[in-house]
Amino acid sequence: MDLIPVTIDGQRIEVPEGTSVLEAAELIGIDVPRLCHDPVLGAVGTCRLCVVEIDGMRNLRSSCTTKVTPEMMVRTKSPRVVESRRTVLELLLSDHPADCLTCEKMGNCKLAEYAYDYGVRKGLSFAGEEHRYELDDTNPFIVRDPNKCILCGKCVRACQEITGKNVLGFAFRGFDTKAAPWGDTSYVESDCIFCGNCVAVCPTGALTEKGMQGQGRAWEMEKVRTTCSFCGVGCTVDLNVKDGKVVGVTSTDGTVNDQAMCVKGRFGWDYINSERRLTKPLIKREGRFEEASWDEALDLVASRLTDLRDRYGPKAFGALSSARTTNETNYLMQKFARGVMGTNSIDHCART
Amino acid sequence: MAGLATTFGSGAMTNPIADIDQAELLLLIGTNTTEAHPVIGYKMLKARREGARLIVVDPRRTELADLADYWLQLRPGTDIALLNGLMHIILQEGLEDRAFIEERCENFEELRDTVERYTPERVAEITGVPVETLEAVARLYATTDRAALYYTLGITEHVSGTMNVMSCANLAMLTGHLGRPGTGVNPIRGQNNVQGACDMGALPNVYPGYQNVQSPEIQAKFEQAWGVPLSGEIGLKIPEMFDAAHRGELKAMYILGENPVLSDPNTNHIRQGLEHLEFLVVQEIFLTETAQYADVVLPGGSFAECDGTFTNTERRVQRVRKAVEPLAGLSDWQTVAEVMRRMGMPATYRDASEVFDEMAALTPSYAGISYERIEHDGLHWPCPTKDHPGTPILHVGKFSRGKGRFQGIEHIPPGELPDEKYPFILSTGRVREHYNVTTAYSPGIMALWGEEHAWINPEDAQALGLAADSRVRVSSRRGELVTAIEITDRVPPGMVWMSFHHAGSPSNALTSHLVDPISGTGEYKVCAIKVEKLAS
Repeated sequence: MDLIPVTIDGQRIEVPEGTSVLEAAELIGIDVPRLCHDPVLGAVGTCRLCVVEIDGMRNLRSSCTTKVTPEMMVRTKSPRVVESRRTVLELLLSDHPADCLTCEKMGNCKLAEYAYDYGVRKGLSFAGEEHRYELDDTNPFIVRDPNKCILCGKCVRACQEITGKNVLGFAFRGFDTKAAPWGDTSYVESDCIFCGNCVAVCPTGALTEKGMQGQGRAWEMEKVRTTCSFCGVGCTVDLNVKDGKVVGVTSTDGTVNDQAMCVKGRFGWDYINSERRLTKPLIKREGRFEEASWDEALDLVASRLTDLRDRYGPKAFGALSSARTTNETNYLMQKFARGVMGTNSIDHCART
Repeated sequence: MAGLATTFGSGAMTNPIADIDQAELLLLIGTNTTEAHPVIGYKMLKARREGARLIVVDPRRTELADLADYWLQLRPGTDIALLNGLMHIILQEGLEDRAFIEERCENFEELRDTVERYTPERVAEITGVPVETLEAVARLYATTDRAALYYTLGITEHVSGTMNVMSCANLAMLTGHLGRPGTGVNPIRGQNNVQGACDMGALPNVYPGYQNVQSPEIQAKFEQAWGVPLSGEIGLKIPEMFDAAHRGELKAMYILGENPVLSDPNTNHIRQGLEHLEFLVVQEIFLTETAQYADVVLPGGSFAECDGTFTNTERRVQRVRKAVEPLAGLSDWQTVAEVMRRMGMPATYRDASEVFDEMAALTPSYAGISYERIEHDGLHWPCPTKDHPGTPILHVGKFSRGKGRFQGIEHIPPGELPDEKYPFILSTGRVREHYNVTTAYSPGIMALWGEEHAWINPEDAQALGLAADSRVRVSSRRGELVTAIEITDRVPPGMVWMSFHHAGSPSNALTSHLVDPISGTGEYKVCAIKVEKLAS
């Protein structure tokens, strides 16, 4: 593949043909602000925040949709570029609630981050009409606040390009344009399958996880990279932990799934915090379960199994392991059945 | 697993998930991917949008069937006849891959002689799929260079399951659709660690890495490593264990993370088996239907409470990380190790990685894998050495067993078909929002999808006088239940479909007692039932 030489902010780089200016800039560590761009989604250039100045081109160009050409000279931080970005941010803030103090997205909001970077405050200019949409929180998983939507369209593209459901689209026109399920219904009335892939890409507080509301700020979360346990696909996900408790599951980069997830992986994990979880060993006495200490229960298991093995022989024992537990647990279960009980009668339900 | 192991020498998905976008044609048999494996479903939908051809074989009109070039609505349990019919046409028209068959396969004559008898007309009669569709699909699959076959439990959960799998493998070998990107025979695993549980030897006939328990050398290797004498006799499969419990021969069980009362076929038989035991230990995170029968319940840890690994459907070994402390104090592996220690076997593992390393040292296909190597991304087994990059695609250039073995396989009808008393076929499976045990304890999931809705065709609903809000009693020769319904033409007349997720309408009270004689897997996909309207 041909390499194309370009110069960005005075640095020369050669990149493969077809690389966007934004990607080329990233390769040399230049961070170009963007609200509508995501590497897992198609580039559309709607937010106009990633604009750059390119020699020989009359207008500023969106760097996410502009491909490099040989000897291109790019400036990502020229006064013209900065002025343009400030204007875009001022326009966005002019119709955006200033309730950051209580917004669920605080600490993880791209709009707030860029407003801070570019020193833009609400009310500097463009004061005018603001939307007063109702919150859509009638489902158990996703809170949708259209007032905080900046119409970047990432949720719409995630629904089309990742999930393939086309539930979300743009409703109405002009100032009334709204990202919404078809017919401007609520999520729960639509064909939404609650994969939450729209939530994962939303740059503002317009789409947030209902279960994570009030559970902690973004910077308080410890993110633990792990493998989802709901099917054989094996998606890589982040468990969000605060104060020793899992409070949410969010997308991360994963080879198997990119950042896509489904309803179970993103929202069905809360069984782990269920009050019905067993927390102590139970021993049945006269037909009723009584709580016991680990030592008492484990000693009873060991002595009874030893006794039965010695009395009836290894063939009187069988073990079921699980297609839901780890390799390590499965390895030890079969080692236990074979090495301790002396039988190969170890199986699990997914033998096919 | 037994099917692919016989034909290819390895019972696993041949190609990686990432290959879906390399395929020019996806042939899906008995897999409702968008429900059971949503994220793979997204990738299939995307491949379709970007121009891949799509053939769906399923009695139900699934989401992907709606989008398919060809949807083959076969009668439940007629997969072998269908596949033989496709191969008949391919051979008749000379569309087979001669070079592949000659260089890489054996026993071709047996296959040829068998499929010879499966003329399109006869197959159309058995399966209900028209001759023209069979011909068009056979031609399309055979003549597409990168054609990938995917299947799941719609193939395996039949009395003919292992034979169904081998038939799929026959078709792929006949057309040379193996060992290259965008091809393969790909069983998508249902649960998160089916592949791993099999790989780890949680099976009555093999040690970890499918090492035969009947091999004296293998036995000696494990005896030396573990320092104990071992048995060279194949153990019991699950249904055999419960049969043995009925007969009073099996006295004790240790059940970890399984709920056979809800998830195994023919619930009443399971319950009675459990009642016969002298001693039952259940290790589980909830007091499940099965745990109720236990003498001792050991509290389990969830996936967020343990370190370890899962092996996904494409044989990729990936890390599971402890995010929070186990609610009851011990991770599952630690509890098992404690029982072992108290029964006299040394089990002093400092952490999960030591367990993994012990296993890897005894398991050639995992020997090159360590926690360090899979810190960020997983590795596909076989990975025999520390510098081996893993094996995303199996059988490149050569099958695991050497030559791929064709099998001549005759159509085997389901074990129980409808009759006058039980006139409907019941088929069961998953829905997108639920999982085997855990999701019933998720408040959000239960708020939207809290009860079973048996699918029934509008014609049948009308004949039975059912309305959308009707409730029905469904019964088979083994049990009965009550459920809400959904009237939908996604199931054909004469067929009812239910999930197995809801304890209030446990479909496995109904399912067949018959199993595949090779794998021991229950015939969850076909049994005979009757449906009666309940007075409102």
